[in-house]
Amino acid sequence: MAYLTIPNIQISAISACVPKNKESNRDFNWISEKERDFLIQTTGIEYRRIAPKHITTSDMCFASAENLLSTLNINRDEIEILLFVSQSPDYFLPATSIILQDKLKLSKTTMAFDIQLGCSGYVYGLSVISNLMNSGKFKKGLLLVGDKSSFSPSKTDKSTYPIFGDAGTATLLEYDSKAEEMHFNLQSDGAGYKAIIIPDGGMRNSYNEESDKMIEVAPGIVRNRKNLELDGIEVFNFSLREAVPNITNLLQHNQTNLEQYDFFIFHQANKLMNESIRKKLKIDPKKVPYSLKQFGNTSSASIPLTMVTELANEFSNKKTTILLSAFGVGLSWASASVTCNNLKCLPLIEIE
Amino acid sequence: MHINELIKLIEIEFDDFTEGSLNPKTDLRKTDVWTSMHALILIALIDTEFNVTINGEDLRSINCIEDLYNIIKNRIVS
Repeated sequence: MAYLTIPNIQISAISACVPKNKESNRDFNWISEKERDFLIQTTGIEYRRIAPKHITTSDMCFASAENLLSTLNINRDEIEILLFVSQSPDYFLPATSIILQDKLKLSKTTMAFDIQLGCSGYVYGLSVISNLMNSGKFKKGLLLVGDKSSFSPSKTDKSTYPIFGDAGTATLLEYDSKAEEMHFNLQSDGAGYKAIIIPDGGMRNSYNEESDKMIEVAPGIVRNRKNLELDGIEVFNFSLREAVPNITNLLQHNQTNLEQYDFFIFHQANKLMNESIRKKLKIDPKKVPYSLKQFGNTSSASIPLTMVTELANEFSNKKTTILLSAFGVGLSWASASVTCNNLKCLPLIEIE
Repeated sequence: MHINELIKLIEIEFDDFTEGSLNPKTDLRKTDVWTSMHALILIALIDTEFNVTINGEDLRSINCIEDLYNIIKNRIVS
């Protein structure tokens, strides 16, 4: 079992950025008004932020990181690690994290690399950066997480297009010997790799004459092989099956119980799925914030974005114990138990 | 559980179905209102009420509520 216990690392601040451009699912004309209403009611997703062509994930993460560094007046030479977690990098190569190291004017002594994960990415990324920072006693680190998910869904696919929104976030971590231990439980199951997939364009299936062919795979689902495919039932059953035991095993491992947590911040998949998980755990709805209505499913950015938009005032000048849980593409899933001490969540920024 | 309990649960869960509009032989997929979203809600309902997982294969194999009932009944027992 991949449990991790990491001392000495504090999450100090979070910033999040979304594109100014807003789309409403009420305008999603591909399906009938009745079906639209039902979709909004069931998924809980009304609006999504969609980046224009010239804005990438790294631009949103850069804006968030710049916001953190300048607002908090951070000495950039103290940043010893930069991690970029995303499935929408700037290029096939080089890694986007390295470009960001220079763009953010960080020292050349900074280590930087990318992690290619989606929904589970924030929790995975947090575990990796914290562990490395603890090992090297790094003063500070930047975890940049997000996706421009809107690049891949077909506009004529009701199962993907109205679900995803774009966002890029930055989390500042610091070495602090007084920080409480973080605990993680990290899992994966590649048998489900086809459940959420963009089939063509990688090395396995390079682009070919079939890649652009639009196919109606089901009523309301017309897409090609460059588009994101999502098997709703498989993903739904996976999340129902795995998220809860992953959390209860973590609690058993770190000897805590659900009552000890102030908030449960779930990856914002969709309301039906998240509420099913919440009900299984019998958690008070007041402890489970949602950013779904305004921003949709923002992939790996969803947890820090939800903290910034829904919980900013809850962290000031006190200790707050939170449980993070994320699950999806891979299939990959993870949970984390984290105690924040006067965590600063800066106001959401928008770029255009 | 009696099959009427399952039918009642489905009628309560979905605004589209009025009380008494469904029977054991109803094929939900052939009703005018059914979408893939309804399938997810049905899966969530059965998971919450009976702690039973219904997968895509199950949904493709059944032809009526009675078939669904039989799957749930068998999984509760085992």
